[in-house]
Amino acid sequence: MRVIEYKEALREGLSEEIERDENVVLIGEEIAQYNGAYKVTEGMWEKYGDKRLMDAPISEAGFIGMGIGASMLGIRPVMELMFYSFSYVAWDQMANNAATVRYMSGGQINCPIVVRGPANGGTNVGATHSHTPENMFANVPGLKVVCPATAYDVKGLIKTAIRDNDPVYFMENTLLYGEKGEVPEEEYLIPMGVADVKREGEDLTIVSHGRCVLMALKAAEILEAEHDISAEVVDLRSIRPLDEETIIASVQKTNRVLLVEENKPFCGVDAQISHLIQEKAFDDLDAPIKRVSAIDAPAIYSDPLEKYQIPNVDRIVKGALTIG
Amino acid sequence: MATAETKETKVKDENISSGKFVKDPVNKVLKKEEKIELFRQMVRIRRFEERSLRAYQQGHIGGFLHLYIGQEAVAVGSISVCGDDDHIITAYRDHGHALAVGMGMNECMAELFGKATGCSKGKGGSMHFFAPDKNYWGGHGIVGGQTPLGAGLAFGLKYKKIKGAALCYMGDGAVNQGAFHESLNLASLWDLPVIYIIENNGYSMGTSQSRSSAYQECLAKRAEGYDMDWDRCFGHDIYEVRARTKAAIDRAHEKSRPTLLEIDTYRYRGHSVADANAEKYRSKEEIEDYKNTKDPINLFQRQLISEGVLDEETAKKIDKEARDESNESAKFAEESPYPEVSSITEDVYWEVDNPDQKTSQGRIFFNDEA
Repeated sequence: MRVIEYKEALREGLSEEIERDENVVLIGEEIAQYNGAYKVTEGMWEKYGDKRLMDAPISEAGFIGMGIGASMLGIRPVMELMFYSFSYVAWDQMANNAATVRYMSGGQINCPIVVRGPANGGTNVGATHSHTPENMFANVPGLKVVCPATAYDVKGLIKTAIRDNDPVYFMENTLLYGEKGEVPEEEYLIPMGVADVKREGEDLTIVSHGRCVLMALKAAEILEAEHDISAEVVDLRSIRPLDEETIIASVQKTNRVLLVEENKPFCGVDAQISHLIQEKAFDDLDAPIKRVSAIDAPAIYSDPLEKYQIPNVDRIVKGALTIG
Repeated sequence: MATAETKETKVKDENISSGKFVKDPVNKVLKKEEKIELFRQMVRIRRFEERSLRAYQQGHIGGFLHLYIGQEAVAVGSISVCGDDDHIITAYRDHGHALAVGMGMNECMAELFGKATGCSKGKGGSMHFFAPDKNYWGGHGIVGGQTPLGAGLAFGLKYKKIKGAALCYMGDGAVNQGAFHESLNLASLWDLPVIYIIENNGYSMGTSQSRSSAYQECLAKRAEGYDMDWDRCFGHDIYEVRARTKAAIDRAHEKSRPTLLEIDTYRYRGHSVADANAEKYRSKEEIEDYKNTKDPINLFQRQLISEGVLDEETAKKIDKEARDESNESAKFAEESPYPEVSSITEDVYWEVDNPDQKTSQGRIFFNDEA
């Protein structure tokens, strides 16, 4: 199978949906004439023109809200946030309007909008540009939240997200854009709410999402080679809806759990996963659930410290070894 | 660029009559029955609001209740010049617009009562009425939060090559929100057919315009900073509201250009029914003066009588019918059932509500099992 970059796979998914549905329009800062701050949309403006790719002014509350309004009329806007940290500027639109308009209208309206962009730290840009708000948006009923880790997943999931009739917040990672992976030539879709067991194992379940999945996989290799621990790696892919069955099935097999995420620990995604496991598989656990999260402070600027603050392979291995 | 009317604190009696705009083309074509219908709509809103206030005081309605009393000519006048492809979105003082677009008193009153028969099944409440089948997109609770959505409706119309406009209403308190300014910029930058209507009733809750907005003479003039057309008119004269709104709609339809239209009006009641200081931050005299000299319903009644279109007897009959209808709606609301507990998790996700077209899997609600 051919191997392409994460951002190329994402671009293919976006392009295929633009060609499939005339109501799909991409709007964001620097996505058109500049070719994308991270080259995700490179070449697309030249190919699809002004109507389908629009450069937005730096005005997140304005243009994201505009996309929400347009989606109520059946447009399928795919809005790019240059950093998902900027969603905080548009929070009222994203959490109040998009998430509740269906409910407050008694089901008369729906918002088929996608808001996508990178939500990660680890890039030496300081706290304001390093937020990982998947937990916060997943906390809002009415929203769907997706965090694809691989080129294959990002393509299949962006296509599903665009076709979905609910608001989908699609969180990528600048450190994944250049990662390569196998992506078939033929069209495929990946449903939301289906986790992927990226590595099978017998002794320990590592549940993760986003870029941490790749580090969990590397950690699993080390655990196998140096510590004779066979770790299974479950990639959530989608935070809400959540594939609880795959998590529980893995826990029932391995009886030990390490949760790994770049979120901060307090009320992070893994706090919810931990609750689910104790609720559904308490008797299957041979040891307390452990977590490796970002160290609980704003994202530090200093490069070597930031690399330590967010989960890395070393911290994941150490975390796994603390499980009795 | 349109020019602003000079703000007049007191309007002489003879200037209030709708004579000035009666000959405007949009009003000239009105048939007798159509004029009476405009009057009837305003009266219906007034009586609905008064009945809902009583229900609130009786404990049937909780939370917020932002009454439209005094502002009726704005919603009725502006919506009356809308065509089939024009869309409406507003803020939390939304009952008047709801009735003006053709929503029934029963569904609106039942929503206020939190009943399953309400327009939003009891899930939205006073601030969140919707009727997308009547091009009515709410009913939004956060000040200024609806202004980007209004731009979005206009964007959608333009994208689909539909010759329509989005009328996005707000109060004078919304003009200092960032989202509003971002929306003006986008609307002008992208030639969106949106009409932002500031219903300027002088007070953002308890704060007067002079204590909240840096530019005192006219709020609509802020449009100039965005290279956008603007206009200003009196909201007590329904003929004027119709004429000014129609000009903005024509601009949207013909040129795909936005307008910022400021309409001076007044609310007789507090910001909401819960506003304990409604007669403290403004004088009783001020309120009484408006009621006596600029009440939009009285003025239009007088105008129609002078035109020979309406007589006192018919006006009384219309008023009685509106009172009866509002009383009936309160009875309907009271007798209606509350929503089922199971409905709490309905209408959250389209996909959950349409299981035959479900594409996702996994768990979407996270309530612990009892």
